[in-house]
Amino acid sequence: MPLIDYANPHRFQRLAAWLIPLLGVVAGTLIVLGLATGWAAPADYQQGQMVKVMYIHVPFAWLALGGYTVMAISALGTLVWRHPLADVSGKAAAQVGAVFCFLCLVTGALWGRPTWGTYWDWDPRLTSVLVLFLLYLGVLALWRAFDDPLRAGRAAAILALVGFINVPIVKFSVDWWNSIHQGPSVSRLGAPTIDPSMLYPLLLSAGGFFVLFAVLHMALMRNELLRRRARTLRILQAAEAER
Amino acid sequence: MSALIAIVLRDLRVALRAGGGAGVGVIFFLSLVVIVPFAVGPDMPLLKRIGPAMLWIGALLATLLGLDRVFAADHEDGSLDQLLMSSVPLELIAAAKGFAHWLASGLPLVIVTPLLGLMLGVEPHALATVALTLLVGTPGVTFLGLAAAGLSASLPRGGLLGAVLVLPLAIPLLIFGVVTTNAAILGEGLGSPFRFLCAISLFFLVLGPIAAAAALRHVRE
Amino acid sequence: MRLRTEQLSCVRGGRSLFRDLSFELAAGEALAVTGPNGAGKTSLLRIIAGLLSPAGGRVALEDGGLPLNESCHFVSHYDGVKGALTVMENLSFFCALLGGATDGKRSVAPAAALSRLGLGALGELPAYVLSAGQKRRLALSKLLAAPRPIWLLDEPTAALDVTGKEVLLGMIGEHRARGGMVVVATHLDLELEDAREIFISNGRAV
Repeated sequence: MPLIDYANPHRFQRLAAWLIPLLGVVAGTLIVLGLATGWAAPADYQQGQMVKVMYIHVPFAWLALGGYTVMAISALGTLVWRHPLADVSGKAAAQVGAVFCFLCLVTGALWGRPTWGTYWDWDPRLTSVLVLFLLYLGVLALWRAFDDPLRAGRAAAILALVGFINVPIVKFSVDWWNSIHQGPSVSRLGAPTIDPSMLYPLLLSAGGFFVLFAVLHMALMRNELLRRRARTLRILQAAEAER
Repeated sequence: MSALIAIVLRDLRVALRAGGGAGVGVIFFLSLVVIVPFAVGPDMPLLKRIGPAMLWIGALLATLLGLDRVFAADHEDGSLDQLLMSSVPLELIAAAKGFAHWLASGLPLVIVTPLLGLMLGVEPHALATVALTLLVGTPGVTFLGLAAAGLSASLPRGGLLGAVLVLPLAIPLLIFGVVTTNAAILGEGLGSPFRFLCAISLFFLVLGPIAAAAALRHVRE
Repeated sequence: MRLRTEQLSCVRGGRSLFRDLSFELAAGEALAVTGPNGAGKTSLLRIIAGLLSPAGGRVALEDGGLPLNESCHFVSHYDGVKGALTVMENLSFFCALLGGATDGKRSVAPAAALSRLGLGALGELPAYVLSAGQKRRLALSKLLAAPRPIWLLDEPTAALDVTGKEVLLGMIGEHRARGGMVVVATHLDLELEDAREIFISNGRAV
């Protein structure tokens, strides 16, 4: 079926009804597999066991950025292609993406404390994620500021696109800012090469979390559609009473 | 008394439901704290020194900039007229609205302060003290800001003006809040700076609603 | 109980709206304040309510027991309804705020007040879904749920349909029968029974 057929909320709800549990199981399996093999993999010779936070921290970072991308694509859907479910998708992506972004920051801080002594020291990568988190919060705040979901959706879409265009600029500036003060140092949370024994668990776990993102995204879309339906019913009820 | 509780509950409900703008103050606070290192550089020793100051400035601005709607919204939709027709004195009405505003906007700032303090390098053992100074100080700032909100209630673009009016008066709270925190970082206990902070804050809790009521009575047409 | 104004004068925006306006209203009486838009009808009502200071003269309530602003209801175009709250939450707030002195005495239960004004089924809906007429009726429901002796109504029928207007006239009739007083500002003919009239226009009141 072409994508446009899923524009109908009822069709979407029916699709979601079986797709969400199915993907949920897939996600759960992949995550468990990934984390289990990650746990069994050898520890890093420098960082010890703590490096295993990487198996959730790195996927979280990818999903934070991926979520913003989904949000930006949804924004195009709202403003350019006028797909009826696009703004619902954008709101869901903002919510799930923001959570993963926050978890990325938290796991990054927890990783930093035993490894380098402080929870937070403004290193360029984590700082970029922090700015991304602020952008997410802005979009979420804008959603909440409007009564009417359709107006909110258009406003949030514009903000999402403006933010998306700016992400490379922000990333560049943050790296520049960091290098001026500390000299060109390698960001401590990146590793140029990664041993295959660590790579496969990472990919498994990342795959699982990606599917989890899809599950949560669809579930939130479903909730939002129900919420809008309830709102419409209330408005109709009041209008009925007038007659 | 039940009228006062009704006022607090109503303001809280309006603030926390969609369109009420309750979370924006916290996001603003977070943003202010985040941009400081960008301006200053990721220089941890420097950030540690100015950390408490940045938290206080952020909380101060976040509180003041949200206050302009406290009375303006009610003025615009006619609720203020109804409030004036009740048997509750206007001073208590102002205090009730101030309290509701602090619960929705000020208390969340206090709650996220330890997390932000961590990012600015405030020593973990002093995080509780920073939060405590803000817990004591933000009500004072809020209630002081009520007076400015009362003055600018009927002005179309009163928001920034209100913050400008109150900022100089809030300096004592800022001074004692930061001094108390710095003392705590050095390991000293809560001494006279903290007591001064409490005293000034309490004074504003009383002065604010009285001034706000006077402003609403005389400045509204 | 009598409502009395003595030599009341009002100046707004440099213009004198009316001067030396004196009248008396006894229990059960109604007063219609008529005149073109902008003449000063709303200002007169706001002065009586205590929301506006007169340029001269005074308003007094005799044998009232309570101050003037606690003895009146003021219903105007600005209905004081918060869209984020439900219909019932809005009315409960008005009752808690304005109803203290008369609790239990001749007050109508909030749900019954809403029903009388045709809002009975809408109690749990958020007020932002209401039309302008429904919001006006919500504002009027506090007249029943939190009784006060003097009603100051500023263009009350402006957003109401025929049914709403009939309900309002019925409410006014019952209120007067119980000894209440009503002052209505309107530029339409409201068909109030036995109402005195003050006509304000061009700085003069008749």
